Amino acid sequence: MTEAVGDQGSGISHGPGEERQAATSSAQPPETGPLTRPQPGRLPGTQPRTPLQLAWRQLRRHRLALLGGVVLVIFYVMALVADFLAPYPLDFSDRERFYHPPAALHLRDATGEWHLRPFVYATRLVDPGLRTFEADRSRGYPVRFFVRGEPYRLLWLVPTRVHLFGVDDPARIFLMGSDGFGRDVFTRIVYGSRISLIVGLLVVAVTIPIGMVYGGIAGYFGGRVDNLMMRVAEVIIAFPSFYLLLTLSAVLPATVGCATRFYLIIVILSSIGWAGFARLIRGYVLALKQFEFVLAAKAMGQGDLRIILRHVLPNTSSLVIIVATLTIPSAILGESALSFLGLGVREPCSSWGNLLSAGANLINLSRSPWLLIPGLFIVATVVAFNFLGDGLRDALDPRMRTG
Amino acid sequence: MIRHIVRRMLQLIPMLLGITVMSFVIIQLSPGDFLAEIRLNPIVSQETVDRMRTNFGLDQPLHVQYLRWLTNIVRGDFGYSFAYQVPVLWLVRSRLFNTLLLNIIALIVAWAIGIPIGIHAATHQYSWSDNLLSLFSYVGISTPTFFSGLLLLFVAFKTGWLPIGGMTSLDYDLFPWYGKAFDVARHLVIPVMVLGVLAVAGLTRQMRANLLEVLRQDYVKTARAKGLAERVVVNKHAVRNAINPLITIFGFELGGLLSGSAILEVVIGWPGLGQLILDAVVRKDLYVVMGSLVIGGVTLVLGNLIADILLAYSDPRIRYD
Repeated sequence: MTEAVGDQGSGISHGPGEERQAATSSAQPPETGPLTRPQPGRLPGTQPRTPLQLAWRQLRRHRLALLGGVVLVIFYVMALVADFLAPYPLDFSDRERFYHPPAALHLRDATGEWHLRPFVYATRLVDPGLRTFEADRSRGYPVRFFVRGEPYRLLWLVPTRVHLFGVDDPARIFLMGSDGFGRDVFTRIVYGSRISLIVGLLVVAVTIPIGMVYGGIAGYFGGRVDNLMMRVAEVIIAFPSFYLLLTLSAVLPATVGCATRFYLIIVILSSIGWAGFARLIRGYVLALKQFEFVLAAKAMGQGDLRIILRHVLPNTSSLVIIVATLTIPSAILGESALSFLGLGVREPCSSWGNLLSAGANLINLSRSPWLLIPGLFIVATVVAFNFLGDGLRDALDPRMRTG
Repeated sequence: MIRHIVRRMLQLIPMLLGITVMSFVIIQLSPGDFLAEIRLNPIVSQETVDRMRTNFGLDQPLHVQYLRWLTNIVRGDFGYSFAYQVPVLWLVRSRLFNTLLLNIIALIVAWAIGIPIGIHAATHQYSWSDNLLSLFSYVGISTPTFFSGLLLLFVAFKTGWLPIGGMTSLDYDLFPWYGKAFDVARHLVIPVMVLGVLAVAGLTRQMRANLLEVLRQDYVKTARAKGLAERVVVNKHAVRNAINPLITIFGFELGGLLSGSAILEVVIGWPGLGQLILDAVVRKDLYVVMGSLVIGGVTLVLGNLIADILLAYSDPRIRYD
């Protein structure tokens, strides 16, 4: 299925067993059921709920799904206002502070006095081999909020210089340490979220229309057309997806810029991902086309394409929403795996995958374990999407509704 | 049963052809060939390059190249590695063995742990242990293998309990056979843990969902109404039926594992197919890439076939349809 995109996390959540389930549940597509249709002339206050309201009511009860949703909102906002959150510019590097450990925030200074505002000390490299830094305790640098720094455009619109927080030079606030070039890991994670998080959305935006139309046509026409179309899709599914990803990424020209490469990665992930999705849609459409509303549309003399687009495919919407939510994380995993191996997004761009590759060297890692932090962001995002996807599955499936 | 198997095997033929076509096409899309690098080498004369082109058949039209390659594959000849100067099959064979060793052990471990956990979770739905287990499996399926692999390597490095990376120790060749086996087993611990967690997480979730579905069925009610002990109802009646869909997803699981282990192999230096293919991709070692891709696809297809046969064996409804 959609493990065609990522290495894991899917296939498990919607294997062929699911496909069968989807086919049987279509025995009562929510949109055509008599219960969900609003009926005129009802008493006030007893208005039947729309399917959307019912789904939302169910989703609200799924606490983990809500938690996942909240985490994702936070992460996507982080990606939007990355330049505001990041204390340093993306290409900033401090040539004197390689592998600097995460900044220690203090409240109590050397003289034993307490401060309300946390502060950091300026540090100096004492042993480059052991990467030890010494703090100059004579003077504290308080963490300031809404400081002026590098100019940028907030949300690509408002020109401003204000950053959320920062400290005065020469002190540095490396919240999650610095990497081998003296770059702030936190800054690069925040900027990296733009790439890592958007990959999933773009891949889904490409695969869903393709998968829907392809699967819709195959399922609707059935017979020889279906047979041929599905054999083609199955060939793509037949490969271990990551082998295919690796090979396809070799097709990419090596010399293109960051942005071009990013879009090419999306093309690759999508060209693998559509197949599993198309197969899922096809199974659903196969069952759906037996219904009267399709016969009615045919009897009205509507064209096949119009029937597929206007009548059949809209009925797959709940399945599509669920699968989309579960495809996004596998695309994110696919991108980060490629970038981790150096075949995806490359320096100087940052994505969570290529940030993590700094930790691939064990010696480095054992001395600077904070290089693993980008991985935690990947895991958190994927977990959040899986929570949300499962919650949506329960919410949109009428059989799972509890009262 | 035999007829079912034969029919399934015949259906595989177009699929296998598709796999070879696809592998070939992808490689042709790739810019530059292996000779591009040699051409840049000033020591190599133009004549040598031309002769290599002819020898490798690179001057032929595409369909001829494909057919030639395909007929060779059928004879078991996957071509020659440009970079290693050895037959591709020779390279791929040992790597495939290592990859399969890792994946099969991980699968066995996963089934041995995942099924009982899934049963427990389903029979104790919404208990604290069920909630904890489902949280664990969410995290399990969401953690990329390169990240969990790095974490475990980090722990191994800090504690010194386990060897860090590779498949064998430096002095492997000096060990007697049982020492060799033990050495490989020690190296297997980390990758099996990484892949095992991934597979256990998926299996547990699936098993739990299936069993919950089955426990709602009428025949389970009947079994309970007959006064059977709950243990018998669950183990004899319900679990037997809940496992069938798991056999179907076995193939997909294998695909996920092969993919997951490909990256893991690179991270921990396990000499498997994934590592080979990455290496070959970077070096533009055409025939090795094509060969590994084909072998990877065929392995997965055969995995699915085995799953089908097992399913037909365990579920008679499949056989007679």
